[in-house]
Amino acid sequence: MSLFTLSPAGMRLHKRRKGLNALALTLSLLAMAFGLFWLAWILFETIRLGIGGLALTVFTEMTPPPQAESGGLANAILGSVMMVSLATALGTPIGILCGIYLAEYGKQNWLGHVTGFINDILLSAPSIVIGLFIYAVVVAQVRTFSGYAGILALTLIVIPVVVRTTENMLSLIPNALREAAYALGAPKWKVISSVTLKAARAGVITGVLLALARIAGETAPLLFTALNNQFFTSNLGEPMASLPVTIFKYAMSPYENWRELAWVGVFLITLGVLALNILARVLFRKKI
Amino acid sequence: MSATLPAQSYEPKDAAAESLPGGIPPTHTQRSPWADKAFAAAAQSAAWITLALLAGIIGSLVYGAWPAIREFGIGFLFSTDWDPVEDKYGGLVMIYGTLMTAAIALIIAVPVSFGIALFLTELAPNWLRRPLGVAVELLAAVPSIVYGMWGLLVFGPILATYVQIPLQNAFSDVPLLGTLFSGPPVGIGLLSAGIILAIMVIPFIASVMRDVFETTPALLKESAYGLGSTTWEVVWKVVLPYTRSGVIGAIMLGLGRALGETMAVTFVIGNFSQVDSLSLFQAANSITAAIANEFAEADTKLHQPALMYLGLVLFFITFCVLALSKLLLQRMKRNEGSRT
Repeated sequence: MSLFTLSPAGMRLHKRRKGLNALALTLSLLAMAFGLFWLAWILFETIRLGIGGLALTVFTEMTPPPQAESGGLANAILGSVMMVSLATALGTPIGILCGIYLAEYGKQNWLGHVTGFINDILLSAPSIVIGLFIYAVVVAQVRTFSGYAGILALTLIVIPVVVRTTENMLSLIPNALREAAYALGAPKWKVISSVTLKAARAGVITGVLLALARIAGETAPLLFTALNNQFFTSNLGEPMASLPVTIFKYAMSPYENWRELAWVGVFLITLGVLALNILARVLFRKKI
Repeated sequence: MSATLPAQSYEPKDAAAESLPGGIPPTHTQRSPWADKAFAAAAQSAAWITLALLAGIIGSLVYGAWPAIREFGIGFLFSTDWDPVEDKYGGLVMIYGTLMTAAIALIIAVPVSFGIALFLTELAPNWLRRPLGVAVELLAAVPSIVYGMWGLLVFGPILATYVQIPLQNAFSDVPLLGTLFSGPPVGIGLLSAGIILAIMVIPFIASVMRDVFETTPALLKESAYGLGSTTWEVVWKVVLPYTRSGVIGAIMLGLGRALGETMAVTFVIGNFSQVDSLSLFQAANSITAAIANEFAEADTKLHQPALMYLGLVLFFITFCVLALSKLLLQRMKRNEGSRT
């Protein structure tokens, strides 16, 4: 291959560089395998241990007492669905509006810069601190744990996620589109609501789905806001069971039937969250 | 694509005013000025809500923690007491647990994430990049409670049998390592919490690092390859220096996640509020785990304020780390255009 011969020292250097390169690339390959290995292992265990306990009774029966014969997760599933959907419904409009502000109004002023910065910090802030905040502001004042408090805590987690994706998606819309709308005489709100937001629709929906997926598995902010409830309730004024909190309680318990249900719950949550994530990706790829 | 256009969209009103000699805007633009104003006001108030949220969190934590702050002062941070019966509280054990688990997590996660990012940007064939990238991102989406439960019931026992016991046998006579590996090998404690955290933050760090690596101009890389560099030399001597602040930002982001992670840690750390040795196998406690386990049942006199105090400390630490990460990533972004 080489048209000239290297001196022995040069040859050594060449060999060393080649060797180092091979070593680094092998390690990089191993790192990739390492990462995938955990994903595969966790999914495998979740499916193996979760699918065994999966039965219709999981969706129809209440959470059982320890060492009971039967029982399901109906109240926890209902609680999770209610709180997660209401929190998404509450957080989405605020998040989208704030995202619009950041992308369309606040690119040049201090409020936009500061809000964007703070929002990114809230995005990764410890969720348990959100729980503490809602506890101090709502639960401690009303003196009761409630589904409402849980919803508020989850809402505060939805907002930053939606803000971030909305802003990113709106910023991707070419300015020519806005200018064309302005040239037709449309006022700014009309341009935003029926041109830019519409063009960014798929991305914004993706953000909402990702937020949904994020709060579906959130446990920490519910621990002392919605607390837990062994019984069936759709009254948001009472403490409310949720899937993640129930899993937490059951997994830490020594009872066999509780642990089994916890695995089923983990299976359901993982399935739901991954499905939402994949849906969001598919949707996003199709539209933009 | 929008980079070629001015970043700011111009106001049609000004343009119209300029184009008309008398500066009178066309009447139909005035048809619904209130709608425009209302929309702008709604968007702006949503932005204020986000800001108020931060102020509210800090304010409520300080308010809730005030009894403990008054009682223990700054000494809270350096005291190892945690005694609900005697109402004496100090946060050092939890702060140590939080910092230690995050440190273990980063020691494992940083090289692995770097490897993954390197693989995804330089090594993987094109058809494989997308699916692998998605897989890594899915790993980030798995809820932390799944990691926690898996860590407690599946990973913990395996770690104890196949890693902890052999380590203890091998290093029991070595001075420093012997201490690190002492304690009951039950698969619960700082080491397992750190490893679970590492698995959790790898996808965050790796996907940000990949994005950052991808910003390196192809021209720079091609020049290095053209001079005969190996792939490793290109990454180590061209890509990494070019993306330095972005890479540090990515690591900081992972650190912020690791510090604030609750459920995964709560399951496996063992919730034991005393530390008497440096052992990594010892059950310990972290700020988040202490709050998660004790808060709902704590009495309101001093126990809850003490936990709030811990929450405040945690929020402060993560705030600083995340703010630093954000600044570094922002600087990276700004340099993107100017250094090509």
